[in-house]
Formats: sequence, structure tokens, C-alpha cells
Amino acid sequence: MKPAPFAYERPRDLDAALSLLAASRGSTKIIAGGQSLGPMLNLRLVQPELIVDISGLAELKLAQVSGNELVLGALVTHADIEDGRTADVTRGAMRNVAANIAYRAVRNRGTIGGSLSHADPAADWVSALAALGARVKLRTLAGARTLAVEAFVVGALEPALHVGEIVEAIHVPTRTASSHWGYAKSCRKTGEFARAIGAVLVDPADASARVVIGAIDTAPIVVTDARELFGGQIAADYKQRFDVRVADALLAKAGIDDAAQRHIHVSVLKRAVLEAAA
Amino acid sequence: MKENAELRNEREFPSGKSGQGVGARLPRKEDDRLMRGRGQYVGDIRLAGLQDVAFVRSPLAHARIRGIHVPEAYRGSVFTAADLVGIKPIRAVSGLPGFKISEQPVLATGKVRQVGELVAMCLAPTRAEAEDIAASVTLDLEELPAITDMLKAREPGSALVHEHWGDNVFLETSYEVDISAALDAPIKVTREISTARQCMSPLEGRGVVATFDPRLDQLTLHSAAQMPHITRSGLAECLGMEEGQIRVISPDVGGGFGHKGILLPEEVCLSWLTMRCGHPVRWLEDRREHLVASSNCREHHYKITVYANSDGMLRGIDCEATVDSGAYSSYPFSACLEAAQVASILPGPYKMPAYRCRTFSVATNKCPILPYRGVARTGVCFALELMLDLVAAEAGLEPGEVRLRNLVLPEQMPFDNITKKHFDSGDYPQAMRRALAAIDLDAIRARQKRGEADARRIGVGVSIYCEQAAHGTSVYSGWGIPMVPGHEQASARLTPDGGLELRVGVHSHGQGMETTLAQVAHEILGVDVAKVRIILGDTAMTPYSTGTWGSRSMVMAGGAVASACRELGERARRIGAKLLQHDPAAVVLQNGEVRGVNGSVSLGAIAHTWYRRPQDLPADVDPGGLEVTQGYKPVRDSGSFSYAAHAAVVAVDPDLGEVEILDYVIVEDGGVLVNPLVVDGQIYGGLAQGIGTALYEEMLFDASGQPLATTLADYLLPGPTEVPAARLDHMETPSPYTQFGVKGIGEGGAIAPPAAIANAVNDALRPLGVALMQSPLTPHRIVEAVLAARAAERSAA
Repeated sequence: MKPAPFAYERPRDLDAALSLLAASRGSTKIIAGGQSLGPMLNLRLVQPELIVDISGLAELKLAQVSGNELVLGALVTHADIEDGRTADVTRGAMRNVAANIAYRAVRNRGTIGGSLSHADPAADWVSALAALGARVKLRTLAGARTLAVEAFVVGALEPALHVGEIVEAIHVPTRTASSHWGYAKSCRKTGEFARAIGAVLVDPADASARVVIGAIDTAPIVVTDARELFGGQIAADYKQRFDVRVADALLAKAGIDDAAQRHIHVSVLKRAVLEAAA
Repeated sequence: MKENAELRNEREFPSGKSGQGVGARLPRKEDDRLMRGRGQYVGDIRLAGLQDVAFVRSPLAHARIRGIHVPEAYRGSVFTAADLVGIKPIRAVSGLPGFKISEQPVLATGKVRQVGELVAMCLAPTRAEAEDIAASVTLDLEELPAITDMLKAREPGSALVHEHWGDNVFLETSYEVDISAALDAPIKVTREISTARQCMSPLEGRGVVATFDPRLDQLTLHSAAQMPHITRSGLAECLGMEEGQIRVISPDVGGGFGHKGILLPEEVCLSWLTMRCGHPVRWLEDRREHLVASSNCREHHYKITVYANSDGMLRGIDCEATVDSGAYSSYPFSACLEAAQVASILPGPYKMPAYRCRTFSVATNKCPILPYRGVARTGVCFALELMLDLVAAEAGLEPGEVRLRNLVLPEQMPFDNITKKHFDSGDYPQAMRRALAAIDLDAIRARQKRGEADARRIGVGVSIYCEQAAHGTSVYSGWGIPMVPGHEQASARLTPDGGLELRVGVHSHGQGMETTLAQVAHEILGVDVAKVRIILGDTAMTPYSTGTWGSRSMVMAGGAVASACRELGERARRIGAKLLQHDPAAVVLQNGEVRGVNGSVSLGAIAHTWYRRPQDLPADVDPGGLEVTQGYKPVRDSGSFSYAAHAAVVAVDPDLGEVEILDYVIVEDGGVLVNPLVVDGQIYGGLAQGIGTALYEEMLFDASGQPLATTLADYLLPGPTEVPAARLDHMETPSPYTQFGVKGIGEGGAIAPPAAIANAVNDALRPLGVALMQSPLTPHRIVEAVLAARAAERSAA
């Protein structure tokens, strides 16, 4: 379990990194915390010719509130968020998610941008940030673009990254005072990837809800207008109106044939709803 | 604990006051180095000129090899079977009638029969470069149908792992005592029960460093091995060398569990390679190799019927057991030990008048199966104890009560059960009663009636087993396998400064033998355990032994150390008598001194005189000296029987399938405990592995024989948060047949947990109509069963 040979560069600033990416031919991989890429290299599941280590890019470690949102540099670690070293606009939601990612050694090194770029459907940020309505800022030498998280994660291990493009920052909108947040997951054991994730952001005040069913074989199911899951409307009694049959149908439509698997996903989502309403 | 004290006081141990002898709760001596990261494992060995090996392994489960293509640049760095002239395949034959022989070429010839089978050996200065070379070698394989299901493999017309056999059965055995007498029993329960294929997963994998010394004309093989002498015998046979030309050194070993109890094709390959290329070579098993290519364990299937009277008294058991033995018979235990053992151990500690069991050891296109901690007992205990809970439900009795009605009674000891297993001693019902009291069965039943605020369901389960340990010649000669244990030997040497060196052929890979054997020596000689050095794991320095397996080391090597120390003490006593100018009959050896009415002389002074000042010795002194080798065999070699009752309380989430262990009690009787602290550690470690079997560990294969768990993200092992703080209670019923009354206890912790936990889960879910009969009890299996039961209820309504 040793990686195939690769070239290694550690640029000092974002422009240098983008230039390396633009100039590279063949396969290039970006490494930040290395918590997923490291094992994949060792297993030779990926055999890039060049690895660009972006861990030295100071501008990607910034975290600041800007207007109505929090901008988190791609290199912010899970532990930074867990420990409150970054500002929080989600009223504790992100801090709780961060604190339950894998285990502490992974959180110390793993980054929020790396987690999204890896696009593992079982990763917490992929579901949680979609539920929170976050957007991903992507940059190339030529310029930048912004995508909703649910548009960025297009499939299992499949981010919408173009050649030469890098996740620069995550934009997280400020959570309204009237909104309710629920996040639940089921793991085989402590620290393992989830086998079911449910994330719910409900705002009875403006009758809106975002619901995510994650940790399925494909990109998470993101329901940006979740009224149907609550009998057609979002109100204070949304807990009672949560309709497991609609959730089950969503999972069936996503190709999950196994009834027990669907039952576990629906049960986890139901817990997220109960947590939000609690 | 009053009963414990009474049992302990039946025996007198002369060193009781020193707190270092048999029964002392001493911290482990070896932990000083191991816990500081100063252990020396195979991976820590550095030899000048060392090069690394990576293997090209079969990517297919079953295929004919049409060609192996090595790029021009790497010719000379890659070796295949064609290069290994004169190297014999590994053969582990059983003498049981009808056993079919498999030959395992150390590098594949003709066919590959499992994913991961060795095809070529690649040599480079580093492992990474060796892996680069391995990746450049291409195989031309003609894929054959893979045999992955042991039950289908038994059917006529199945594809064949070894064509010339005509079927896929290594061995079929049967055992019957009057089963027809049970058939009219009012309770008859039949089920199919199975346990998953597992990987043993010691912290340290296998590893080999081989080097050849022309001066000594000797191959030295460093290997993470439990049985270095057996490894040497097997190596000599495969390599066609004299045993004296081979030295096997097994340094610190990070867990064995059976995984390190076989001769590896890698060991043979690297032995050949170092002699071929003239420099040291190394191969270290990585975790992926361990998971997909090494050896597996535990895959059992039972079709079992239990007959009982309406009061729960057992009338008989009828069973057909199948074990997936994998592609090859491993040296020295063979492919049939596991299944054939099932027939003789299934009845366990229960009384019954009728019994029948047929067993099948089946060849498939998977890794060879090895005896893992508990060997067949974990599967047997799982099958029988799950069935007894069903009998209890039929009889309307508490599961514990059914056990109490059928367990062998203390007044029946020694007891020969229906398969003629000879139980040496013990009070099995007491262990069960203590476990039920400690888990507080009544309180759990009351809690179940109340229900849980979080909608989880509470369940309680029990299981009990017996662990035959240190069984010797009379048991193993019948198997006719390459290894039969005989007398165990130990060498004891007093050093000139009064220290004691002990040489034993067993090994220690977590068992704490460096401490416990020193305690035995202290018990006899009174030498401070800090001055006792245990030398093990080296064929050049220790007496021949079959090594560490079968929970035998404390009984056998402990007995041998006691014998050797007694003889050494006797010699020292006679010299001491001379020095004290006493008649030998008038002096005794006590607390490390020879004492007479005139005074005393220490062992250190006796040793100093013997080695350094022989002029002080009288002319007629016994010239034998202060170094002895003595052998030992218990009074009966049919084995010591330790046992334990386990009780678990679980909370089950029927919607998520999650299981939390809320409480766990173990009441263990391992005879006289040489070191209760070490025993506790053995039990905790075994429990963790048993929890893995119960809830987590499973190596699945797809239809083409591809292993589906290739990393520890897929092959789940329990971690610290999954293992509860179990509560241990010890009974100490001495064995009448062994030194000090000790019994082997190394495996027991891993035997009973799957049964106790599954019974607890089934107890929790019984009101829903759910009974799971397959390990591990994964969330998916639990939810699937709950949904099926709900659907059945709806269709009935």
C-alpha cells in the first residue's frame, strides 16, 4: 500500500497554485488535509502525475462574516469550526456537525473545502451545507464562479470542478432567528462514515423548509422546497405533518430498491425533523 | 466472592507471602518495553543490504494462468513459480479417513484458486518500488467459475476448486449416539444458523525478514509467528533443507489469535529468495493483504434441530454443520480441524441422551480458513445457545432456567459428555446463577415491562460454553495432522549472579508469558520475578515445542517451567547442603534460600560458588550443574476445561437497527489463576473480538469471488466506544490434572459474546416476532427482520 510515483508542488499563494493547475498536463490532484486522498493514493485508487499541496495558502484559511453570510476559506478545518475558532452564522448548527465528523484526528487535518471537493455522499458537509443553503466559490486563473452546494456535488465522488479549478471558499447564509435546524445520522460505529444522514432547515415563520437525505449511493437528495414532505405546507405543526411515505418515495425514485435501507434513511430523517421541532 | 476464597485456600502456595508467585496480580514485566513503544517487531528489524518484496497477487478468485508478462526492464527483479526449482508446495494432510489433499504452491502454478493468491515476487530497494514493479507485471488469466457458496459447492455439478477430487469436500465426518431416541420429544425446534467469514486482524500483520549466513550455513527467518518450531519443520520440508540449517526467530509479536499459527507461502518464498539473491529480504503484510489475501476464519453454517421435553430438558441434538475451508489446507492445522471439531464439541457442557452431527469441510475460492481464537467453539456456542433460547420460549421458561436444568452438575465431575469429552472440574450452574444475579434479570424484566422513553427495546441474553485447552497427544494424534503436541519442555539456568533464565518453546504475543512464567518460577524457587528472564520465540535458543495455540501455554509451558525449576532447585539444594555442611535431607529450599539448622545460603551464593569458586565445592558434588531441561505432561492430556457464563443487556433501535450494549457480565472459571490481572486482560480482549463477531465483522464476497471489504472502512472492527466496561467475576475450581490446578483461558473471552449478544437482541425483539440467526447482527439485518415481521403481522391480520 504505497502510492505510485508522483510529482509534488507546494505553492505559496493561490495564483501560483492556479498556475500550476492550469499548466499541468495529465492528471493532477489537489491535496489539503489529505484525509481521503491519502488512503486513495496508498491504495493506488488514484495515480496522479502531480500533486499540488495547497496547505500553505494563507488566503484559503480565512474566515469572515461578510454582509449576510459567512465566508469560510477552503482550508478551514473541521476542528476550527468545532472549537469555535471561526465565526458562526448558523446558531451552532455547523459547530455541532463539525464536532461529529469522524474522530478528532481526522477533524484536526480534514478541511471543509477538501470534504466538498471529494464529494463523498456520506460526508457530513455535503449534506449539512446543502441543507443550510450554502454556496461554493470556485476559482481558476481565468476567474471565479459560484454554485449552490447541491449543484456542486453532482454524484458520488463527483464534484462539478472544471480542469484547473479549485474550491476557494464556502459561503454560508446567516440562519434566521425563526428557523429550526435538525441534523441526524446513523453510523455503524463511532467515527465511521454515516450510512444515513437527515438534515432539515425549517422556518415556520416564512413557511419554508430545506430537507436533505444524505449518505446514499449517489449525490444527496436535496429538497429545496420541502412542502410536500410536510403535507403540502410548512407551519408550526410540521413535526406532526411529516410524511414518511413521501420521503420513502423520494428514496425509491433515487434508485434505492432495498426496503430496509429506505426505512433506515426515513427513520433518520424523521429524527432530524424531531430534533428541529424539539 | 466467598466461594472463591474457600477454593483458593484449599491449596497452599509457599510463596504466598511474597506476592509474586502463583495467584499474584502482578503488572506485566514486558509492558515496560511494549507500552513505551520499545518493542521489537519484525518491522523494526534492520539488516544491511535489506531489500523489500511486493507480491503480484491474483486479481481473480478462480482462473487458469495462461501467461505472466514481465516488462523487459524488470526481468531479474521478478520471480515466478518457474524460478522456484525444487521448492515443494505446502501440504497439510489429515489422517482422518476420506480427507482430500490440497497442494498449495508457494507461487501459483497452473491455476489460481483465490483472490490474492501469490503469483510472482518482486524485489526492489523499497516497498514502494517493489509495488511499482508488481503493478507493471501483467497476467493473462482465463477466468473460471468461482465457487463462493459453501452449500452450493457441496451440490453435484458445482464447479471444482481441485478438479481431481471430483467434488469440493475436503472431509466429511459424522458422530452419532442413538438419535432415534430423541425423535418423539414434544419440543422440536429446527433452524439454519450461520456465522460470517472474518479476518483475524491482529494489530501487527504478518511479516518476514529472511537472511542467509554462509558461515553457519544457516537460513535465519524472522517472522511474526506463534509457533516458530513448527514453522521451521514446515519450512525444512518445503525447502528440502535440514532443520539445523534453519533458524526461525519470532521477535515481539503484536497479536496472533491463530493468524500467525500457519506456515505462510510468503515465508517459503522469502527463504528461497534470500538464498538466491544473497542479501536479506523483507515482506510486511499490509492491511489490504490481510483483508483480501491472507487467511480468514469463522464461516460456519448449521442446520440444527434440538429436541426437548416440555420442561426444557434436552432430549437430543441433530445437526449438519458446514464450514467454508477456503481453497487450501493450511499447515499444520489442516482444512478439516474446524468442521470436524464441531461434531465433537457441539454438545458443550450440557447433558443429553441422544446426538447426531455430520460435518463438511468444503473447499471454495476464498482464502484458507484458520483456527481463530475460540476456533470452532464460537460458532458452536452461537448455534447451540441461540437454539436453547428457542427451546426456552417453547417451554415457557427463562433462558437461564433451561441452561440450569441441562448443565452438567459439579457432583458429576469429572464428567464424560455424550461425545466423550472429559470435563476435569467445575461448577457450571453456579457460574450461570452468578451471571443471572449480577445482571439482575428481575430488574431487566421489570424494565422491559415499563418500556423506554426513546422507543428502543431492551433485551437480556445469556450464554455459557466450555473451553478445552492444552489438549495433547491423545487428542491430536487421532487427527493425523502434521503437528501433534507431546511433552512440553523448559530449560532453567541459574546465572552466576543468582538470576534465572528460562527457555521455552511457546511464544507470547500479548498473553504476558514473560510475567506469568516468571511467577511460576518464583513459586518454586523464590527468585525475584525481576531477576527471571524468559527467552522465547527463537528455535536456536529454546526447546522444540508446537508453540502457542489452543490455550496451552500456561498449562504446558507453565508445567514445564515448574518441572525444570523443581529439578534445578533440587540440585541447588544439594549443593547448598554441602556448603552448609548438612546432610541433604536436613535442608529445605525456601524463599530463594537453602536453609538448615546452622543457617542458610542464598541461590545467588550457591550459583556464585558453582560457577566462579568451584574450589569451595567438595569433591563429591553432583557435577550436573545449575542448568536443566525438564519435560511436562499433565496427569491426563485430554485437556483442561475452563468455562464462563456471559450475560448481556442491550438496547435495540428497531428502526435504525442499532444495538447498544448497556451491561455485560462474565463469570469465568479458569481454574487457579496464575495472574488474575493477566487473565482479566485476556477476557477483555476476547470480549472485544466477540463483539466484533456479534455485531461488526464480516468479509463478504461477490458472485465472482471478489472480497468486498478491502479497507477497515468496510471491514468494521469494534473500537473503544463499542466495547463496554464489562464486569468480571472469577471462580477458581482447580483442575485435578495440571500443575497448581491451572487451566487454559486464552480463548474463552471470544467464544460466548456472539451468542449472548444475539440472544439479548432477540430477547428485545421477540415481542415483534423477530429472531435473528446470523452473525453479525448488522443494522440492515435487524431492520430487514423487523420489517419482515411487521409485514407478516399485517398479512396475518
